[in-house]
Order: sequence, then structure tokens, then C-alpha cells
Amino acid sequence: MDDIILEVRNLKKYFKTPRGKLHAVDNVNFSVVRGKTLGIVGESGCGKTTTGRCLLRLVEPTSGEIIFEGTDIRKLGRWEMRKKLREMQIIFQDPFSSLDPRKTVLQTIQEPIIANRLIRGKAAIENRVLELMETVGLAERLINTYPHELDGGRRQRIGIARAIAINPKFIVCDEPISALDVSIQAQILNLLKNLQRKMELTYIFITHDLSVVNYFSDEVAVMYLGQIVEKAPTEELFANPLHPYTKALLSAIPLPEIGSRRGRVILKGEIASPIDPPDACRFAKRCECAVGMCTEKAPQLREVKPGHTVACHLV
Amino acid sequence: MKDTILASKKYRKRSQIAEVWHRLIKNKGAVVGLFIITLLVLDALAVRLILNYDTQVIAQHITERLQKPSLRHIMGTDNLGRDIFFRLLYGARFSLSVGLVSVAIALAIGTTLGAIAGYYGGAISDIIMRTTDIFFAIPNLLMAIVIVTALGANTLNLMIAVGVASVPQFVRITRATVLTVRNQEYVEASRAIGRNELAIIFFHILPNCLSPIIVMVTLRIASAIITASSLSFLGMGVPPPAPEWGSMLSDGRRFLRGYSYITLFPGLAIMITVLAFNLVGDALRDALDPKLKR
Amino acid sequence: MADNQEIVLDVQNLTVQYVLEDETVEAVNDISLQVSKGTTLGLVGETGAGKTTTALAILRLVPDPPGVIKSGSIRVGDIDILSLTKHQLEKIRGKDVSMIFQDPMTSLNPVFTVGEQIAESVLLHERVSRTEAYEKAKELLEMVGIPKFRSVEYPHQFSGGMKQRVVIAIALACNPKFLIADEPTTALDVTIQAQVLELMKNLKQKYGTAMILITHDLGIVADICDEVAVMYAGRIVEKGTLEEVFNHTRHPYTEGLFNSLPNIHRRHEDLMPIPGLMPDPTALPEGCSFAPRCSYATAACRERQPYPRSVSLTHTVRCTAYDDPNFMIRRGRHG
Repeated sequence: MDDIILEVRNLKKYFKTPRGKLHAVDNVNFSVVRGKTLGIVGESGCGKTTTGRCLLRLVEPTSGEIIFEGTDIRKLGRWEMRKKLREMQIIFQDPFSSLDPRKTVLQTIQEPIIANRLIRGKAAIENRVLELMETVGLAERLINTYPHELDGGRRQRIGIARAIAINPKFIVCDEPISALDVSIQAQILNLLKNLQRKMELTYIFITHDLSVVNYFSDEVAVMYLGQIVEKAPTEELFANPLHPYTKALLSAIPLPEIGSRRGRVILKGEIASPIDPPDACRFAKRCECAVGMCTEKAPQLREVKPGHTVACHLV
Repeated sequence: MKDTILASKKYRKRSQIAEVWHRLIKNKGAVVGLFIITLLVLDALAVRLILNYDTQVIAQHITERLQKPSLRHIMGTDNLGRDIFFRLLYGARFSLSVGLVSVAIALAIGTTLGAIAGYYGGAISDIIMRTTDIFFAIPNLLMAIVIVTALGANTLNLMIAVGVASVPQFVRITRATVLTVRNQEYVEASRAIGRNELAIIFFHILPNCLSPIIVMVTLRIASAIITASSLSFLGMGVPPPAPEWGSMLSDGRRFLRGYSYITLFPGLAIMITVLAFNLVGDALRDALDPKLKR
Repeated sequence: MADNQEIVLDVQNLTVQYVLEDETVEAVNDISLQVSKGTTLGLVGETGAGKTTTALAILRLVPDPPGVIKSGSIRVGDIDILSLTKHQLEKIRGKDVSMIFQDPMTSLNPVFTVGEQIAESVLLHERVSRTEAYEKAKELLEMVGIPKFRSVEYPHQFSGGMKQRVVIAIALACNPKFLIADEPTTALDVTIQAQVLELMKNLKQKYGTAMILITHDLGIVADICDEVAVMYAGRIVEKGTLEEVFNHTRHPYTEGLFNSLPNIHRRHEDLMPIPGLMPDPTALPEGCSFAPRCSYATAACRERQPYPRSVSLTHTVRCTAYDDPNFMIRRGRHG
């Protein structure tokens, strides 16, 4: 039996706006096996970032269950939740705004250690920080530098060191490499992979970049307008995409090979509004294959092959 | 275990304060301003040791009245025979103390209210901000006059009056800064690693709000000195015979024709002091902005 | 194709520096490139390579001070850009040469309607009445796939992808000979990016506009460019046709870029990132700027600047390692 470390059931996050209720995350369900990586893919506005934030309750979900190692963390009080956060961490997308500009590398990385009172004594804490810096590939001499003196790649390493400082079991990676240059992206991806092996980490990897998610995850969930429209093991998803949106997304990736654009699906129109969406397929208006039923009833996620679920009337 | 020298000490870098200082003194205006302010502070602190208040500053020597500047009286004497230069030197104490204390009062009240309004938002913020707006609508000077009239004209009340008049500025700027900082991702990151709210406010939010507040302090000191002098000019500040620069300006009004030096020197003193603070304030604004680096 | 057609842009030995009070940033170092009518040149490189500075220099938009065009020549058609007066330059910008910037959110003025902004470009360069200019603006909107009736709307009423289309409409309003697009799709979602790229390709075919497309994304280059120039630390390290640079790669840095990309067909292969970082442009190393990170570097590489070496009529590479006639990078061995 798979060791499931996290199970999310019926997760919803709605925001109240003057124009109505914004369905940022609408009934999302998934589970993650310990030591593996679940990739969540989608474009802007699909709700992937909000989902990630909800998992750590940085944003309070409207409803749903988030069961981490058997406990529904939504039911935890403030103090207990803070204790749980020792095991669940997050790496942010923007390596600039996620670091306090007035704190040195040392101060930033030691903060989780100090906040959780895990190590005492200045020298001992500093040694731990140096250890972490070495693990993520930051030179010792950078210990007293400020974020603005460093490039994006190094700043992101600080963010990673901070996230692993207290040995979490589970990390939400919210587009950790999108803001970095191509050659640095590869360096950071390799680092994350190594850390996963060394520390037996479980990742949720949020990104809009399908080629990265192909390389990095074991399972992929594709999100559109707050809902998961398809979910499958990575190889299966890329070999047999079933949902029209997944197909369009896959064909839209410009591959660095000549002649790769044959059969590209160009979506028409723009993304629909996430405010008070009607009970219909949210992708219907842009879909080439849409039929009558698509605009009348919302499709449910169904398992069409072992491990491969899809929400589409036409599959 | 690494060697006993802490790595943080081995790779010591200039602290942020030192960094700001170095940037500040690159600005020539700031250097001039700081020089003037230093002189003034030294003067204010040391003048009591050099001059005898009763005999040299307020004593009247009618026989020596209205003398033009000479070697004996560097800036001349006023209509009551008092040496203007000595009075000016002493007057610095009033101007600086009112400037500093009033801004200290405004800082304490204003930043607290602003921080609360910025951090908690909602109804509390609305109440605080709308009250502040009311105070903003009343001209600075007018409000100070009202307060002094109610409490009586002496140095302490002057400080309170000018201080209260400066509170709205601090509320507004603190709230604005706290609002911006509060939404930064590193605050969220801090929550994610388990910091409680109070620690976040003190450790992350306040340090990042300091820059605009520091600049505001310097600029408000300048403006407080002017307000205090204006009140004294109108007879509502420090009572005579205290050598407050504003009162000295007022005293010299009747003698503008022929004896303009009586007003000239106090006026210059006010102007130069205010200029000095403004120069430093402006340069501080540039020096504190880390993005101006490249 | 490249040699026979009319040359629209000819840049020779361009060097641009930013002179600051305590240091000088060597942003662009001795680059030469040519673009023919109807072709698209992809200018590829990472942050700090000097691509944007090059683009700005072509239109003399580099802020001066602190930017200085130290040497070189830039010709658009017959016009010598560096010798023009400000007035003459303004006439060219928007008319003969247009530029599209990266962020569509900030490229459009929020207080004017999109129709007005497109019409402004027309009015500046052509002798037409306001009404005519406005009509042309509506036609241009249609051309980029936005319904005419939306010409009275403001930028904030459009999504990112549509804003970028408006920007393209403004750029093409006066039918320029040549368009500079600086990372035009980086800020857009991948499906929207596909739409915008498709649009640009169609327009290119229809109007024969030459284009320099600045990007860090090799996928986009493969999709839309005919020729490629790879920049590193202000120099063009490899230049050639799309086929040559992709399938007969010669420069180690170009190879490194390809190796950094996760290959969608071979997902289990490890990524091979280029170790280290691009050098500080205020302190470039003596010899080849890439040598410190290059796995093929020899002593000679570190001593002198590599010169542009011809691999074919259209393919050049700056790499001292090729002094050895038997030298070949790993990627090149397969193609």
C-alpha cells in the first residue's frame, strides 16, 4: 500500500469581490505519496498558487480537508499549526521579495531555527547555517551579505536553505525557478532533486512550465480556472493527454528543436471569468470539440485508466 | 566542528548603518548640513557654561542700546541693550529643544497610531485615519495657536502644541509604509516558518518601515522650528525675555528702518538651521534607498 | 536567402558601455550583425548578456548618460543611425524601425484608449487627418485579432495577451522596414504566447517586415526565427542560420544552453547545467569571457579574446579551442 503523506479533499477557496464570489480553488482533490513529487501545472489564474498557499494555511481555505500524516491540519489551533509547520515548508517564486532586504544570509537562514527553538547557542546555530549553506551551494564567505548584493540564483538558494533548515518532510515549491535564467534553473532543479533524495522529501511542484514538470515530477495535475481537469502519472500524461486543454497546453510549448510545431493547437478566445462560474465546463468556450452538454453541465473527474483521471464529457 | 572563530566574524562586512553613513557623506549638501547641526548642538549644550544667562543674555543695558555691529558686540545690540550674538547663541537651545522634543512626541504618538492602522486595517484603521484627516484639515500653525492659547504660553506647552500639530504626518506615512511591507512575500515567508505575529512586526515589519520615518523626522524638525518661531513671533511662544529666535524677530520689527540687523541675524539663524535639516533630510532619503545603488 | 536580399540592418563592431562614477559596465563588446528583408534574427542570451542594450542602441535609446556608444556603426537601410540629429531620429523611430518592449502592462499609457494610442503612431509619421488615422487604427486592431469596436476601450480592460497585440499593432502601424521585439512573450502564459507568436509569424509573412527577436527561450527561436545570434557577456559567440546553430552547434556556451533544458522526449536524462555565473560586466576576464565556466577551455582561451571564425558562409563562432583543427564539442559530434 502506498504511503500517502498528504491527502487533500474538496479543497475550496473563494474570495468575496464586489462583483461576486471569485472561485480561486474549486473542489480540488489529490493525494501525494511520501518521497514523490506531484506537479501542479496551469497558467496564470488557474488557482495553483492559491492551492499551494492553502496547504500551509498561509491562506485559509474556505472549506475542505487537508490531511497531513493522518491529521486534518485545518482543525488545528494556532499553536499546534505552528508546530506542524516544522514539517511542512514552502519555497517561493520570487527570490527577491521573499527575502527580507534588511537581513543577512545568516539572519534569514537562522530564523526558522531560532523561531522554533531547535538549537541554542550562537555558535551552534551558526554551524548549522554553514552546514545548510554548503548543502545548497552557497559559499561560506557570503554569510553576511544582503539579498540585493546577490543574483537571483543565489537568492533562491537562500530561500531553499531556509525551507530545509528544520528538516521538514514536505515542501511546496511555488514556481521556484520561473524567475531565474535558464542555466541557473538547471542548477536549482538539480539541487532540489538531490535534496529530495538525501532528505527523503516529498514535493508539490507548482509551475506553468510543462517541460520542467515532465522532468521533475512523478505525477501531474493540470489545473484550469480553479479545478483539476486532468491528473495522471507524468509519463502517461505526456504520452496520452486526454483533456483538450492539456493537449493545447502540451502543443503550445515551444520546443528547442526545429520543426516541432506541427499539429499545434491554438486556443481561441480568452480565459473565462472565475467569478460565480456557471455549472458548465469552464473550458467549453475555448474548446474546439465542445458540444451542447459541455455548456449545460460541469464534467466530473473520472478515472478512465488506472491512475489517470480526467474531467471532460467527451472522454 | 569548525574552528572557534565564528564565520560571521570572519567575514564581517560593513553594517547597514555604516553603509548608509558612507552614502550620506558623499552628498556635499549633507556634509554641510551635518556640520551646521553639529555646531548648533554643541552650542546648545555648552552655552550655559560660557554665558551667564542673567547678566549677559537678559540683562538690560539701556546705555548700550541700538548699537550697530562692532568688535565689542559682534552682531550689535537690540533696543534694550542686549547683545544679539549672545542671545542668538542661547536661543539655539530653545529652537533645538522644541524641534527635537516636539518631533519626539509626534513620532511616538504618530507611528504607534499609524502602525496599528496599517497592520490591522478595517474599522480601527478607518477611525484613526478619519480623525487624522480632520487634523490635517486644520492648518499647522492655527492648531498650534489654539493649543497654546488653551494651555498657556511656555516652553513645554510650545513643545506639546508643535508636537501635536505634527502627529498627522507621522500617522499617514507610517500607515502607508506598514501597508506596503505587510504584503511583502518575506512576511508571508516568516509566517510559514512559524513566527508569531508580534515577532513578525518587530523583526520584519518595523525595520523595513524605518527609512521613510527617519526622513520624515529630519524634515519635521525643520518645520517644527519654523512653527515654534512663528508662534513666538506672534507672542504665543516662549515668553519674554527669553531669547527665542522668533521673539527676537518680533522685537526687531519696530526697528527695521535703520537697525535692520536686529531682525536680520535671528532670521538668518532660523533660515540656516532649517536649511541644514532639510539638506540632511533630503540626502538621507537618497542614502536610505537601496535601489539607488545601480 | 540572407545574402541575396536587401540588407535592412547592418551593425558593425558596436561597443556600448555604461560609465558610472566608480566603474564602467562593458555591456556590449564589438558585435556585428546583419538582418535582411523579411528575415527574423533571434538574439539569444541570458540576463546581462547585453541583448536589450544592443536593441536600445540600434534606436539610440540607451540613456545617455550613463550609456555611451563607444564605437561601431549602425545602418538601417541607407541611413547611418549614429550621425542623425535628434529630430531625424524621431522621424525614423516608429516609422522605419519600431520596437516592442517586454512588459505589455507598462508599455501602454493607461489614460488613453487603445485606438488613440495606435492612431498617435500613425499621426506622427503620416500626413493624414485624425479621422483617417483613427480608421487605420481600427483596421490594425482587426489585423491583430481584436474586434474594431474595442478601439474605444482602455488598456486595463484588456488581458495581458491582448495588450501585447495592441503593442504589436502600434509597432506595425506605419509599416516599418524592421521591428525589434524585446522578449515580447515572456510575460505571457504559454497558450497566449502561442497565439501571439502565430500572429507575429503571419504578419511577418504578409508584410515582409524584418525582425530582431530578443529572447532567452530557445523554443521560441526554433519556432519563429530564421537566423540566430547567441550573446554572452556582451559578445556574439555564435551566429548562423537556425539549422546551423541548432543542428551543428559549435560554441560551448550554446551547447550548455541546450543541455540546461529539460528534454521532453528524454525525461530521465540528468540536466547538465553550466556551472558558475556570467561574469560581472564591470570586471570581464582577460581572455574569453566564457572560459572560467567552459569545460573545454585551454590556456590559450584564457589568454586572448577569441576572434570570429567562419564555419561556413553564414556560420561564425568565437572560440579559441577551434585553433585545434580536430576539436569538436560533444553536441557537434552528433550533428
